[in-house]
Amino acid sequence: MDLSSAKMIGAGLACIALVGAGIGIGNVFSALINSVARNPAAQGQVQPFAFLGFALAEATGLFGLAIAFLILFVF
Amino acid sequence: MAIEIRPLEQFTIERLIPFHIGGVDISYTNAAFLMTAAVVLITALILLGTRKHALIPGRWQSLAEMSYEFVADMVETNVGHGGREFFPFVFTLFMFILFANFLGLIPYSYTVTSQIIVTFALAAVVFIGVTIVGIVKHGFHFLRLFVPQGVPAVLLLLLVPIELLSYCIRPFTLSIRLFANMLAGHTMLAIFGGFAASIGLLGIFPLGINILLVALEVLVAALQAYVFAILTCLYLSDAINLH
Repeated sequence: MDLSSAKMIGAGLACIALVGAGIGIGNVFSALINSVARNPAAQGQVQPFAFLGFALAEATGLFGLAIAFLILFVF
Repeated sequence: MAIEIRPLEQFTIERLIPFHIGGVDISYTNAAFLMTAAVVLITALILLGTRKHALIPGRWQSLAEMSYEFVADMVETNVGHGGREFFPFVFTLFMFILFANFLGLIPYSYTVTSQIIVTFALAAVVFIGVTIVGIVKHGFHFLRLFVPQGVPAVLLLLLVPIELLSYCIRPFTLSIRLFANMLAGHTMLAIFGGFAASIGLLGIFPLGINILLVALEVLVAALQAYVFAILTCLYLSDAINLH
């Protein structure tokens, strides 16, 4: 197997990490919707945490994407 | 007919004004131009916006006051009382990253924060600064940060290295989070743009996706600036309050 094929396979495998990002973001917003539905008055307090949680969950997935780009374009 | 899609070409640094001293290349690059543009725009917003000192603010003064209040509120909520002196630092960090991210969304522009060296410089300043603040304030007791309360001694042997590792990894996660978000966003825009250009009339579908992606990128630009600033506040609160 030559290097460029291995790079393609490696980049594809690294993108599996984004599954975790999807599940995590779904969890965060599901919790937000649940809590606002139970107590609509709390929306102002809960929403900043929801956005923070979304960004942190997305970041973990994007670490995997960064590895994919690293494999594809740097090595 | 294949249009070559090279999505990473948008991240090349070009020298706008070549400038060498001795053997060192300190040209004025497009990245440097956008960083000065961000600083000039922030300074203009704050200085020119508040020039009138009106009691009932007009539009620009409102913007300047809202951005000040947003960051001041964030610092006070997360760092507490001792955080007042760190407000200028967090404000600078937040506004610079916000403006740099937004300026990168202009077509044919360059995103400064999509370079790992820029985000790593910012994250390194935050990490080293926060550590120094903690050591100056608490001296040797700063190491108590890595020893959580009420943990049996056997678990401490496992827990302290994990706490240390997760502390030392902070500059890397902070920088890579911002860098990867910006890189991934702009690369996706370039890839879908390439699709839209290369398949003729059917290109309206990738174009539609691109429009939605630009909306997402605007959200991500603001959100990543907010996350960087709020994590800085949380790390400061860790160092100052030691828990």
